[in-house]
Amino acid sequence: MHSSLWLTALIVVPLIGAALAMLVQKTDGRAYGVAVVTASVEMALTIVIAVLYNNHIAQASTFDFATRHVLSAPFGLAYDVALDGISLVMVVLCALVLLLALLGARDKRDEGHFVAWLLLLTSFTMGSFVAHDLLEFFIFFELTLVPSYFLVAMWGGAQRAQAALKFFVYTFTGSVFLFVGILYLGFAHQHQFQGPLSFAYSTLSETSMSHGTAVWLFLAFGAAFAVKSPIWPLHTWSPLTYAEAPTAGSVELSALLAKLGSYGLLRFTIGLLPLAFVTMRPIILTLAVIGILYGSALACVTPDLKRLVAFSSLAQMSFITLGLMTGSKIAMVGAVLLMFNHGVITIGFFLIIGFVEKRRGTATIKDLTGLQGPAPVMAAMFTVVMLASIGLPGLSGFVSEYLILIGTFATHAWWGVVGAFGVVAAAVYLLWGYQRVFHGRATGENAAMSDATTKERWVIAPVIALIVVLGVFPHPVLERISPSVQQLIEHVAPGGVNK
Amino acid sequence: MIASSVAIPSIHYLAILPVIILFGGALALLLATALVRSKVTIPVASVVTLLVSLAAFAATFWQWRCIARSGPSTTIAHAIVLDGFSVVATGVIALGLAMTTLVAHDWALREKVQGAEFHILALASSAGAVLMTQANDLIVIFLGLEILSIGLYVLVAFDRHRATSAEAALKYFLLGGFASAIFIYGAALVYGATGSTNLSSISYFLGANVVLRPGLLYAGGALLLVGFAFKVAAVPFHLWSPDVYQGAPTPVTGLMASIVKVGAFAAFIRVLISALGTQLDTWRPIIWALIVLTTIVGATLALVQRNTKRMLAYSSINHAGFMMLGIWAGTIRGTAATLFYVMTYAPVVIATFAVLTLVGGLGDENHGIEFYRGLARRQPWLGGALAVLLLSQLGVPLTTGFYAKFAVLASVVDAGSSTLAVVALLGAAIAAVFYLRWTFTLFADDNLDATRIVVPPITMGVITFGVVATLFFGVWPGPLAALAQHATVLFSP
Repeated sequence: MHSSLWLTALIVVPLIGAALAMLVQKTDGRAYGVAVVTASVEMALTIVIAVLYNNHIAQASTFDFATRHVLSAPFGLAYDVALDGISLVMVVLCALVLLLALLGARDKRDEGHFVAWLLLLTSFTMGSFVAHDLLEFFIFFELTLVPSYFLVAMWGGAQRAQAALKFFVYTFTGSVFLFVGILYLGFAHQHQFQGPLSFAYSTLSETSMSHGTAVWLFLAFGAAFAVKSPIWPLHTWSPLTYAEAPTAGSVELSALLAKLGSYGLLRFTIGLLPLAFVTMRPIILTLAVIGILYGSALACVTPDLKRLVAFSSLAQMSFITLGLMTGSKIAMVGAVLLMFNHGVITIGFFLIIGFVEKRRGTATIKDLTGLQGPAPVMAAMFTVVMLASIGLPGLSGFVSEYLILIGTFATHAWWGVVGAFGVVAAAVYLLWGYQRVFHGRATGENAAMSDATTKERWVIAPVIALIVVLGVFPHPVLERISPSVQQLIEHVAPGGVNK
Repeated sequence: MIASSVAIPSIHYLAILPVIILFGGALALLLATALVRSKVTIPVASVVTLLVSLAAFAATFWQWRCIARSGPSTTIAHAIVLDGFSVVATGVIALGLAMTTLVAHDWALREKVQGAEFHILALASSAGAVLMTQANDLIVIFLGLEILSIGLYVLVAFDRHRATSAEAALKYFLLGGFASAIFIYGAALVYGATGSTNLSSISYFLGANVVLRPGLLYAGGALLLVGFAFKVAAVPFHLWSPDVYQGAPTPVTGLMASIVKVGAFAAFIRVLISALGTQLDTWRPIIWALIVLTTIVGATLALVQRNTKRMLAYSSINHAGFMMLGIWAGTIRGTAATLFYVMTYAPVVIATFAVLTLVGGLGDENHGIEFYRGLARRQPWLGGALAVLLLSQLGVPLTTGFYAKFAVLASVVDAGSSTLAVVALLGAAIAAVFYLRWTFTLFADDNLDATRIVVPPITMGVITFGVVATLFFGVWPGPLAALAQHATVLFSP
């Protein structure tokens, strides 16, 4: 067992960074420097943790770095952190998103506050991923709303007020049900075991409950995570918010915060409520498949490049939900891998679109043509990211999508068949979108657009490196995810995963 | 010879020490204004009031030690109770008064208020609120309620140059008097049904007897409930509150939103949990309906307001709904939760109204939402503080507002109604819209050359105290939660 201080550092380092950034903001650019250094330290920390992580701790458990301190007994409030393979990939993604968002989407308006909010957001998101206690998770989960709200409301586009409000209220309403569900579970456990009030993940998973109760709880938990993920039909906040957010905000929201939904669904909904999981599975699978088709269809017709990626994200996130909900190990591992890969791919998309938007002042598809001519390197970078998203063999997207599809075919063939159309559709809308934006003859402002600068190339380089490396050699990641997924399934198995 | 025919009950003076201190302070100031030849100046009155409220606050520590040593007790023929619950509530009232005095000091200097009347009335009102928290008899509750209210009626009318102030006072006086009448009628009916106005005796009577014809008891209880609902401004008895909040001088509004809630909820809990506790299942559906209406309607009506004082009036209606959740639960956890809620709400709401007092400007008129455009950009500390206070009322984690909501909701879920918890929280989600809109207005970047708001250091100190308290206990709620729980364990039935 490794020291839990590593995980505490993940939460605290960005907080310190945010405070420092606020202190030095008077001098131009210094806050940004502090933020970049903090993000690099955070990245280094996650890499150390990824290397140290040992999934053979204490017999059956794959949780490492664990600790628990009760903060307030009457409230059942505790600081309880632990990390398993699933959290691990999320934590790495979180640090990566921060670093690349800072480097690739610098926003010089009121920079001290901007980077401080980004760092706070990172701290809270890290907290959500390493929280091993439901109340603590909920607190971090809710806290992520505040920096996201301010990032969108203060640095967003023309409709930023509406977008930020919609985002906050949607998510807040979803988490109402999660909150009451968590309280219910805590008290159900207390009434059964007569101990002190506790929301510890490991304790609550022992709670026995009737099937009806489990289904209600599943719906309550699911509501919050479905909004965050987003799962059709609770996605309607996402296109507006992604489109209106500043580039760094879009990256954080879609590449990272959306994963909180899938992560919560996997860890807290499937993991804690196996009985209801089996009952609700066909319904959620169906919603996921609808989400794939719906997202793909809208991505084909949307006139805006950012919205195209937003709808494509809806389809991809639905694909993740599909994989998670099948209950087959292969598909679930694939889904967790796709959570990471989709995060990386989305960083690439939004950053490149951000580069284009910065030069041309618009992300509307019909205003952009023939960008390949003046900006060949940017077009090439976009191509790689796009092909990974489509699922070209040899690139990272393929591995995860392939795993999800095999798993789904084995257990839920028909859903797999319909879901597979999503892969085809992705090729349609992405290639078509690419064709309209990058092919053809560039005229006017389009022709005058400059190519990616050296710095921009270096920012996208790690994205492309990850896409290629994980496409060819996903083994190090898979070997960390698999035991944890296996453990989760074994916990769920008494409920009968493959019935 | 008279002394032998009228038995004077034994008096435990420590139990009524805070009331004596507060009321004594009021009398001393009153005498001073009458006897001293030159006028009592505002600084003198403020310092006296501040010292008196801090003395009352200090007295609660002494009381607490006494209870810790020898347990809760009653005195003056069981009409006054000294238990942990009353002591903590008293402490909150004393602290609320101290904060309000400081805010009112700067306000009085700005508005050129003369004399110590404001302070005398505030002290007397607080004494009434403290009496309500300690009352173990319906008549004493009524006394406390009247002392609290009569002072406030006058305080609301304090801005003589503003017609709205007088209008609000008249409205408050008429409806408040009406509510008092309803309450005392309810007390009479309960006396008729149980043979006593003493809460312990009522509880004992109801525990030992089966009421075969409960009509009288139900009618009496219902009227008591309506009386309290008026005082805490629960929907549908809330109609006075937006007008009164808007019309009253802003520091007075802060005082009303804090100490009235503390006093009224303390008495509310005592009547429903300790006197009528055996009948809780009868009242629960009514309280259920009140909570649903109060949280949802309060939040929804706040959305269409353009005046910040009215917004906060509806916001405090919404909060009253949350505070009632603990009463609905009817358990020790619920009582502790409601106590925790008022403990954490009072400093936040006083600090919020302190910001409003500053933005209100000379004449106390600038309360439209448009006066807040870009405030946080022009004056980051003032605007940022208001943003934190608003987010705390919204219930964002890392502020006490979150744990207050957590505590009452936990008690409700524990008592078996997750539905009620969900409905109340949906009310909070609606309320989130106007808190966020207001916050967004604070950070607007198109009104940067408006006049700077004058920020006197004392008021800023109060605001800072509210912000620091909500953030500090928001990160580490342990001590406050433990205090609320201890206070309720020492609750004397």
